Amino acid sequence: MLNKSRAYIKGVYMKLGFLVDLDLCMGCKGCEVACKVENQVPLKSWRLRVKYVDVGVYPETKRTYTPLRCNHCEDAPCERICPVSALHYLENGIVNIDKERCIGCAGCMMACPYGAIYMDPVTNTADKCTYCAHRIASEMMPACVVACPVEANIFGDLDDPASHISQYIMRHQKDGGVQVRKPEKNTKPKHFYVGGGEVHLNPLASKREEGYNLFNKITHLDHIGGH
Amino acid sequence: MVEHTVAATNAIVTLDVPIPQVIWGWMITLNMWAKSIGTGVIFVGAYLLARYSKEVGKDVKFWMPVISFVFLNIFLLFTLLDLHQPFRMWHIFAHPHWTSAITVGAWLATLFTGVVFLMLIIALKEPLLKHKRKLPKFLVAILESKWLNDELYNKLLKAAVVLAIPVTMYTATIMGEATARELWQTPTELIQMLLAALLTGSAVFLIIGYKWSYEVKRDLAIILGASAFLSFVIYMGEYYFGHMKAEEVEAILAYVKDSGPYHVMFWAGQWIAFIIPMVLVYLSLKSRSSSLLLLASVSAIVGLYITKHVWLIIPQLLPLS
Repeated sequence: MLNKSRAYIKGVYMKLGFLVDLDLCMGCKGCEVACKVENQVPLKSWRLRVKYVDVGVYPETKRTYTPLRCNHCEDAPCERICPVSALHYLENGIVNIDKERCIGCAGCMMACPYGAIYMDPVTNTADKCTYCAHRIASEMMPACVVACPVEANIFGDLDDPASHISQYIMRHQKDGGVQVRKPEKNTKPKHFYVGGGEVHLNPLASKREEGYNLFNKITHLDHIGGH
Repeated sequence: MVEHTVAATNAIVTLDVPIPQVIWGWMITLNMWAKSIGTGVIFVGAYLLARYSKEVGKDVKFWMPVISFVFLNIFLLFTLLDLHQPFRMWHIFAHPHWTSAITVGAWLATLFTGVVFLMLIIALKEPLLKHKRKLPKFLVAILESKWLNDELYNKLLKAAVVLAIPVTMYTATIMGEATARELWQTPTELIQMLLAALLTGSAVFLIIGYKWSYEVKRDLAIILGASAFLSFVIYMGEYYFGHMKAEEVEAILAYVKDSGPYHVMFWAGQWIAFIIPMVLVYLSLKSRSSSLLLLASVSAIVGLYITKHVWLIIPQLLPLS
């Protein structure tokens, strides 16, 4: 449960954020599965995924795990480009989506620098991680946070200096250990990483080879949504 | 495995989900291409009416709204078909979000199409009234009304020229708002959209006005050649110097460089849209050949589609996460 009063949670003073400690993440994909189940995400769609990247040359090799989800940017390109305000900010800072209003233009998918938005093949509308806004409204933590066995997912109010996430950021910020993805895009993400390197956060730092096969076949979607 | 990795990091993705690649495909290419023609004929038509009204005025006043209206409708139709929820298109008008260039563009394009439609009615008035008996009475009444006249046409044309500017350029702002696609920068794309309109507008009139005097066609040829040249220069600037801008741009341009999958298509587009028309325009100006201009026009119109398509697709091939 969020350590906040009900009024405060539903109030305007929150700025909810996420942090993943990549030093703790062991790539179990528990968060990925929990998200899929909680939000009934259709086949071939993901709100949250854990990407494995292998680094180095044998015998000096290392496997890295990076959970990737919507960054809930303060200056969200998806919200800006959405022609009908289907993507909108909630008072607690979450970038939410109204699927009933979405016209499926896919402008948000073109705008999001993090590839965090997908076209739902069932509803033919855009969708994405909402930090489990429906659970937060009931004072529960997002499903991925609950599922993580090593508490690598840390969620809370960035505006509250006493919150776990704020304390965590303060503790790791001194040595530049808190990062966001693609800061040069100036989207002001509210999703942070600790213990991440180039390989974790920059998709161009690793090769994504079409057809490469170790655990699964690395590939792309031929069609988006049910269009 | 090392042969598959990025050299600097020796890193390779070994487990991941399939991610989207081409989100906006050929329908959006067709959208941009048709819009270039729909707005371009207004720009170039207005120029022809201002300069050669006595000589070609009648032809231009008829063909300009006809072609513009047809291509604007192709543009609007494929914009609609590309939506995953086309029946919710009305949301753009009921729930407009004004920071979105898609919204602003949709409103302006609708207004522009309305203006062109009125011009079309005036242009068709005379030929339609020749078959008065076959037409419904209400249509005859509308066509015979006094306010549908040349004076209104001229006023509408002024409005159409003003509206054509943002309508042709707004897609560049959409591309600029696509923060994920570093290749597209609004200022460059704005100019490219305008040049594309001038290129296709002049090309269309060179085809329609095949029998016009060479003096008129020379002006059109210069517009065509100059638009092709400037557009080509901008593309070459991106092609050869774009990689200095950002890591992402370098990675995107690799798709059209030597061993890239879109290398042949990129250069085919550049040759057919710009280089061949430029050469043909030059040769035509030397020899006063109208046939060469006809070839240049068809080449430019076909090539522009290929060029636009490559430029639309390549930034989408890059993995974003």
